[in-house]
Amino acid sequence: MEPLKIHIQFGGGAELLFDKIKRREVELPALKKYYPDCKHEKWLIKDLLVWIKDNLLKERPELFLQGDSVRPGILVLINDADWELYGELDYELQQNDTIMFISTLHGG
Amino acid sequence: MPVPCRTGCGKNAMLKRPKTGDALCKECFFWAFETEIHFTITKGELFKKGDSVAVAASGGKDSTVLAHVLKTLNERYNYGLNLMLLSIDEGITGYRDDSLETVKQNRDDYEMALKILSYKELYGWTMDEIVAQIGRKNNCTFCGVFRRQALDRGAAMLNVKCIATGHNADDIAETVLMNVLRGDIARLKRCTAISTGSEGTIPRVKPLKYTYEKEIVMYAHYKKLVYFSTECVFAPNAYRGHARALLKDMEKIRPTCIMDIIYSGETMEVKEAVSLPSQRVCIRCNFVSSQEVCKACVLLEGLNKGLPKLGIGKSSKAKRMLEEYNAKQHKSLEEAIKDINEEYEKNNCISKGKVCRSSCKSKQTAQINKTHKTTSETCCNGQSDEKLNTDNDITNSKVKVLLKEYGLSEPAQDDSSNLIAVKIDHSNTEKVGNATNDDDFEVDSHNTDEQIVDEDDTCGGACGKIDSLHISF
Repeated sequence: MEPLKIHIQFGGGAELLFDKIKRREVELPALKKYYPDCKHEKWLIKDLLVWIKDNLLKERPELFLQGDSVRPGILVLINDADWELYGELDYELQQNDTIMFISTLHGG
Repeated sequence: MPVPCRTGCGKNAMLKRPKTGDALCKECFFWAFETEIHFTITKGELFKKGDSVAVAASGGKDSTVLAHVLKTLNERYNYGLNLMLLSIDEGITGYRDDSLETVKQNRDDYEMALKILSYKELYGWTMDEIVAQIGRKNNCTFCGVFRRQALDRGAAMLNVKCIATGHNADDIAETVLMNVLRGDIARLKRCTAISTGSEGTIPRVKPLKYTYEKEIVMYAHYKKLVYFSTECVFAPNAYRGHARALLKDMEKIRPTCIMDIIYSGETMEVKEAVSLPSQRVCIRCNFVSSQEVCKACVLLEGLNKGLPKLGIGKSSKAKRMLEEYNAKQHKSLEEAIKDINEEYEKNNCISKGKVCRSSCKSKQTAQINKTHKTTSETCCNGQSDEKLNTDNDITNSKVKVLLKEYGLSEPAQDDSSNLIAVKIDHSNTEKVGNATNDDDFEVDSHNTDEQIVDEDDTCGGACGKIDSLHISF
């Protein structure tokens, strides 16, 4: 299985938790290698979140994640579309997808 | 699996609206978003043709979207409004100074006039200074109260008909929850109104009252609007955070709850028996207030007097705090005077009626001189060295004056030590009220000081208190 190349973007203040970098390109290894215990074959958003927590999140994980999912108030866009249209955590990542996390938790 | 847009326009849906659950494409979303705001404005009759409107701009997502949408609707539906931007600088380093740059960009992008007012100009305090004074709790009270007044003043300066703020549905739902949690009935009644303000003040309207925060962010993202997105540095300690966390969790389960909470807040009625404060005018600054003195004046007074808790909590407490403060000032003044006199007495070793002459060479306050004079004149009567005795006539007459002043009868010569004690007590209590007597004694003090300087150092340290020769105040 070739590595999965995806783009990750942060906005609305979420970038502050990730070294203030707004855009990244990441290559995800084969899922089985990363999570030997995993039941499924393909990378899901659920898995991506765990990967982000382990590899990218520098501080304050509670400001980004809550339980299994993102903290309420953080929007997730898959290729510029609302993730709710794609099954949220169960969406299977495709090659060259762009996943964007926008925080709404700040003053207006 | 792409979902088609609900409207049947044929395009693929880009987002799912939390308000209605509809899946919409970008263009249909824009249309729905803008038209709902238009409907809110017309139904609420917020503006009239030809009005000047100030948009309260902070550079954040809500106010940026508000400015953009109002400009768009103004042109599309011919409101005939004259729009301008009004911004307040609270003086929060790292937050407000950056966001003001964004507001300036808005001014250029939307071609609107901009006015910036700062807390420092209006009140003499920045938020950073205020937090240094009062600590990290209750900051929002100060900031919010001051900001509302600042907006009112700015609007008056710009001579506008009303102020438009970017409060969205989430904000209002959070406020309703907060007021329920704190039992603030008066605010509960007012907070869901789309237009707030009373007679003689410039009204504040909330055109975004029914727009979800999530939709505002999506709109800004898709339209590529520039906004500033950082949390206020003092926000983590705010009470509102609890209400917000609760609301966000509930939104996940049942997205329409936000609209429902607003509806509950709007339709709640207060029982007849409950007393609500009436709105009048502040006696100091003439701004609208529900109390005699408006909140902003109370908070400012607290800051300037070093009473950080003044104005936080019940207003009946504020009065009590001020009374305690004034009483304390008075009391500490009395105590300070008493301490000085006692210190002086200790240092002037009074044994066998003698007084250490040398210590008197350091001339302290007129009051101490006065005390010294009274004691020396009485205690040294015939019991110190000869030189003094020759001046007895002079001192005696002065003593008589003093005695008369204090209403005491002339004592026997050997009774002077007792007299000293009495005199001291008397002079202490007199201090507070008879500050003006210093003038009476000025003439005398010069004479006695001269006497002292001429004499030898009579104190040989016989009393053993060597240290007391140095009065240190």
